[in-house]
Amino acid sequence: MCGIVGLFAKSPEVEERLGVHLAAMLGQMNDRGPDSAGVAVYRDPAPSGASKLTLFSPDPHEDWAALAAELGESFGGTPEPGVRSSHAVLVVETDAAEAEAWLRANRPDLRVMSAGSVIEIYKETGLPRDFVEQFSLTDLQGTHALGHTRMATESRVTTEGSHPFSTGFDLCLVHNGSLSNHNRLRRNLRREGIEFQTENDTEVAAGYLAWRMREGATLEQALEGCLEDLDGFYTFAVGTADGFAVLRDPIACKPAVLAETDEWVAMGSEWRAISVLPGAADATMWEPQPEIVYVWEKTPV
Amino acid sequence: MAVAAREQAAVELVDLEQTSLRDLNQRLHDLARAPGPSAWRIVNPSGAHALACGIDAEVEVEIDGHVGYYCAGMNKRATVRVHGNAGTGLAENMMSGLVVVDGNASQSAGATGRGGLLVVGGDAAARCGISMKGIDIVVGGSVGHMSAFMAQTGCLVVCGDAGEALGDSIYEARLYIGGSVASLGADCVEKELRDEHAAQLSALLDAAGIDADPSGFRRYGSARQLYNFRIDNAGAY
Repeated sequence: MCGIVGLFAKSPEVEERLGVHLAAMLGQMNDRGPDSAGVAVYRDPAPSGASKLTLFSPDPHEDWAALAAELGESFGGTPEPGVRSSHAVLVVETDAAEAEAWLRANRPDLRVMSAGSVIEIYKETGLPRDFVEQFSLTDLQGTHALGHTRMATESRVTTEGSHPFSTGFDLCLVHNGSLSNHNRLRRNLRREGIEFQTENDTEVAAGYLAWRMREGATLEQALEGCLEDLDGFYTFAVGTADGFAVLRDPIACKPAVLAETDEWVAMGSEWRAISVLPGAADATMWEPQPEIVYVWEKTPV
Repeated sequence: MAVAAREQAAVELVDLEQTSLRDLNQRLHDLARAPGPSAWRIVNPSGAHALACGIDAEVEVEIDGHVGYYCAGMNKRATVRVHGNAGTGLAENMMSGLVVVDGNASQSAGATGRGGLLVVGGDAAARCGISMKGIDIVVGGSVGHMSAFMAQTGCLVVCGDAGEALGDSIYEARLYIGGSVASLGADCVEKELRDEHAAQLSALLDAAGIDADPSGFRRYGSARQLYNFRIDNAGAY
């Protein structure tokens, strides 16, 4: 099953309360995915020359301040860890690739959940309603966000196997469905230098998008490539630094609803998820067509 | 305000923010065994699933807002009107009565329906009327792919366009399409629209309260080549 939600703010008021809305939407999708939950929130851009990472530690007593100090010694600055439950966000005075390489070399026990300049990913096993509390989601402000509630079919229920998946800077993917050619595709993508942390099918789709975009495709072109190269069922929601996109496979048996007002654009597996947003009753609502890429992006200031 | 209050006095008003879905559905089911209000108005449905499912009584139920999956499923005798959009499986396996949705319906609207009339004012998504068995469905807008798949009997009227593989493996249902057809499914062919069909189409549009010109429609149905398995047809499966 699984539940997907996405919210794109079109007003400062919605940006201000993004976490509140996201938490409410995720709560509505609790029963579609009781195994685990996760969100990607786009917020607080790192300063120019710096990058932002979200890290997960399996150790509940992780000393994030010590890690921040080490990163400060290596790259300068005094990073302050933003800790939420088992995750911490760190702004590092170097580019994301350098920071990831440092972590691989010095702290291989930590998992990089996201890297880039604006993205933050939080995900954990357990009921989505509990996740919302555990990670204090309602505090979060931001421009846009995606969320997922998981009912696992293709791989184990672990923190790493939860959605969203990110294999590119500021890029993430949530997925309702299952892919059947992910093993072969993962092998091919590994040869192209794309790295994977799990045996999960969705991570392969995220890696596929990262690879296509690295090779020069736009987000839209990369998603259109999915129609050719991915075999299986999917409703995808993809987050980028500027916005989000939605795609359904040609059979379109996995649900999706889109809605828009002057204040926001939202997507959900079901209307229930969107009905909790302010002004939802008067929103324009429609079902995305199969094989059509829908994109919303911030207009550059 | 006084007028509104007077109207409401005759109508059983149920607010789903105050009443649980299960309680409401139980009260609607009880109407099959004991008399109760004949007119109902449901507010704040907020996309709830299985709303007004399994009614077996001559009642009128109006729902203000969008509904989730399986709304008015298995409906018998009742009239259910949704002033909003509907999720997957609207009026699934309807037996009789009338179900009207003002907005759009998601996939599998009217699936396996055995009787009655389903009206969707806007578009219906994929698999509309899949395996229909006697229900009549009138769609004011367009339908998605694989609509009327294995449709056995009844009529599907689409004022707009039909998606890919319309009427795949169809039996004896009649399909009337006002717009374009992306492609026909296996064993579905265009057929002559004779006077009796024009009369049936007009009657269905009238019953649905949809103002569309019947003269522009085309009729599709079964070529009857796939009723029994023949090895010559293996490529069509």
